[in-house]
Amino acid sequence: MTATLSAPTSAPTRTRPRRTWVGALIGVALVVLAAASLFIGVSDVSPTALVEGGADSDAAFLLVASRIPRTVAVLLVGASLGIAGLILQMLVRNKFVEPGTTGVTEFATLGMLVAILLWPGMAMMGKMGIAALFGLIGTWVFMRVIRAVPVRQLVLVPLVGIMLGGIVGAVTTFFAYRLDLLQSLSQWAQGSFATIMAGRYEYVWVAGVMVVVAWIAADRFSVIGLGEDFATNLGLDYRRVVGIGMVVVAVITAAVLVTAGMIPFLGLVVPNIVSLIIGDNVRRSIPWVAGLGALFVIACDILARVIRFPYEIPLSVIVGVIGAGLFLWLLLRKGSRAH
Amino acid sequence: MRTDLAPRHSDATPAEGGRGIRARAASAWARPGLRLAALAVVVVVLIALYLFTAVPGSLAFALKIRSASVVAMVVVAVAVGVSTVVFHTITQNRILTPSIMGFDAFYLLISTVIVFTLGSTAFLRTDPVVLWLVQVAVMVAFSVFLFTWLFGGKRRSIHLMLLVGIVLGTFFRSFTEWMQRMLDPLDFQVLTDTAFASLTRPDETLLLLTGILVLLGCLAVVPLLNTLDVLTLGEPAAVGLGVNHKRVIMALFAIVSVMVAASTALVGPILFFGLIVANLAYSYAGTFRHRWALPTAALLGVLCLVGGQLLLERVFAFGASLSIVIEFAGGLFFLYLVLRKGAR
Repeated sequence: MTATLSAPTSAPTRTRPRRTWVGALIGVALVVLAAASLFIGVSDVSPTALVEGGADSDAAFLLVASRIPRTVAVLLVGASLGIAGLILQMLVRNKFVEPGTTGVTEFATLGMLVAILLWPGMAMMGKMGIAALFGLIGTWVFMRVIRAVPVRQLVLVPLVGIMLGGIVGAVTTFFAYRLDLLQSLSQWAQGSFATIMAGRYEYVWVAGVMVVVAWIAADRFSVIGLGEDFATNLGLDYRRVVGIGMVVVAVITAAVLVTAGMIPFLGLVVPNIVSLIIGDNVRRSIPWVAGLGALFVIACDILARVIRFPYEIPLSVIVGVIGAGLFLWLLLRKGSRAH
Repeated sequence: MRTDLAPRHSDATPAEGGRGIRARAASAWARPGLRLAALAVVVVVLIALYLFTAVPGSLAFALKIRSASVVAMVVVAVAVGVSTVVFHTITQNRILTPSIMGFDAFYLLISTVIVFTLGSTAFLRTDPVVLWLVQVAVMVAFSVFLFTWLFGGKRRSIHLMLLVGIVLGTFFRSFTEWMQRMLDPLDFQVLTDTAFASLTRPDETLLLLTGILVLLGCLAVVPLLNTLDVLTLGEPAAVGLGVNHKRVIMALFAIVSVMVAASTALVGPILFFGLIVANLAYSYAGTFRHRWALPTAALLGVLCLVGGQLLLERVFAFGASLSIVIEFAGGLFFLYLVLRKGAR
């Protein structure tokens, strides 16, 4: 039987006004930061420049070709990674999993390497498909391994996933090293939005579609979180819903990987914080997770751009520091029943 | 698998009832001292093979380069072996190791922060030795503080600590990279000169320094050997037997961090090497008593490094991917340990 973090499944009504405030705050911050994201960068793209220059100025061109795609990509990646973490947590019934702590990300990376090796000329969409396929295999392998471990200790599950990821990662590194692909591998696995342009970011919409799918199936995932017997008794086709969940997670992971690279801990931290705020009802928490995930990533991305202006720091580094710090806090929190 | 570290005194050999030579030989083999001697012979043979075989050109030149890398391997193996076994004793388990808990990453972070804050001063530019010693001192102070906080309070579950360690490692590494991105190129040069070297081409000043440090660390462990044995009984028993628990633990953490700093400075972070070496040492020595376990672990470390390098260089002609191979094997072994522990 899995233990869960001591999150109230239905918060008392007294906290409701406060919750609305928090939600409103997230919404406002999201709009403000997204607008700011359009105007931050080395070239001058400011509202005044846009008004003076008109539609065919450099500023307008930059806005359409680089700033808008980047902002959209950041928002979509943040939202969909949060959702991927949430779905995975429901599937595995464990609070501490996300694509990065289950080996899914590493499997998808291996798929990417295989695609680059076997069909170098393949379109990006095809490579992403292969990465997603490998991610799906990774999800399946992880769930098999978890089922094979008799003791279902809460923290043992992500540990096993991280090790699985480490082993797959070692295989990937080894082949990349032998085939002189190490540099290009680390190039695009490093999480960053610096190279995003129109024509190179559209794959991330696939992740957006997956968010919609997750939203439609939200209630089913809630029920899945109660366990197989319970779900079957309620008349749910357990295996099919789990299958849908696995596909959603794998596709989101692959789409994020080809557009932005690896972004650690996001899918883990965001759903946990949302669960602390509003509880564990998936239908209610999906917009929260998407909003908070997007907010988190856009804040980090703006930080990555301004902290050492005019140079950029890779986003994954900043998310790594903040995300790992939050994860540690979740693990060592007083009163968390994570043992 | 025993996770409670209950000491098995197998050097109290069973009564030697057997009259035959074989029985006597077997009981002699049960003595860790003899096993240690056998291991030492194998290690010496391997080192000789590494030094004197397959010389492409002049022997003197090859010896000069190779002996430096052998010394580096020995220093690293001793540092990793001793620090891991001591860490196991302090933390009362056999899975957590200093590198898994993020010590290596922590050392790199300290170096980076020091170069970041002081790097532009001319004084440190001219003297990498002073810079390095400052790094080690800061590392020891901070890690004693951090890890006594983590392990000193209420006992948390082993799996939780493992996860905390892995996340800490990520945290430190990300932070290090962040800092490195903020350095100007000259300071970055200073940092890479002091923080990284390789087994096959060690920097001589650094090798001398780390060698001295590791030697000092080993000398500091020698008077504590019996205390370490008592610590394996657990804190209450150790306190009951008159061990000043808090102080001893602090001192041992300090020794561990010195060793980690030395080995990380020589080869960079190696995650699972210590885990393999220490666990092999317990089974090979057949005892947890530190007078045997510590040297066995160190020698096994040398055996793994020199033997592995021999295999890769001379048999497979692979060159510099020894660390990848060790990590892969270590990762599998680690998974096995954790799962087997989970299965109980």
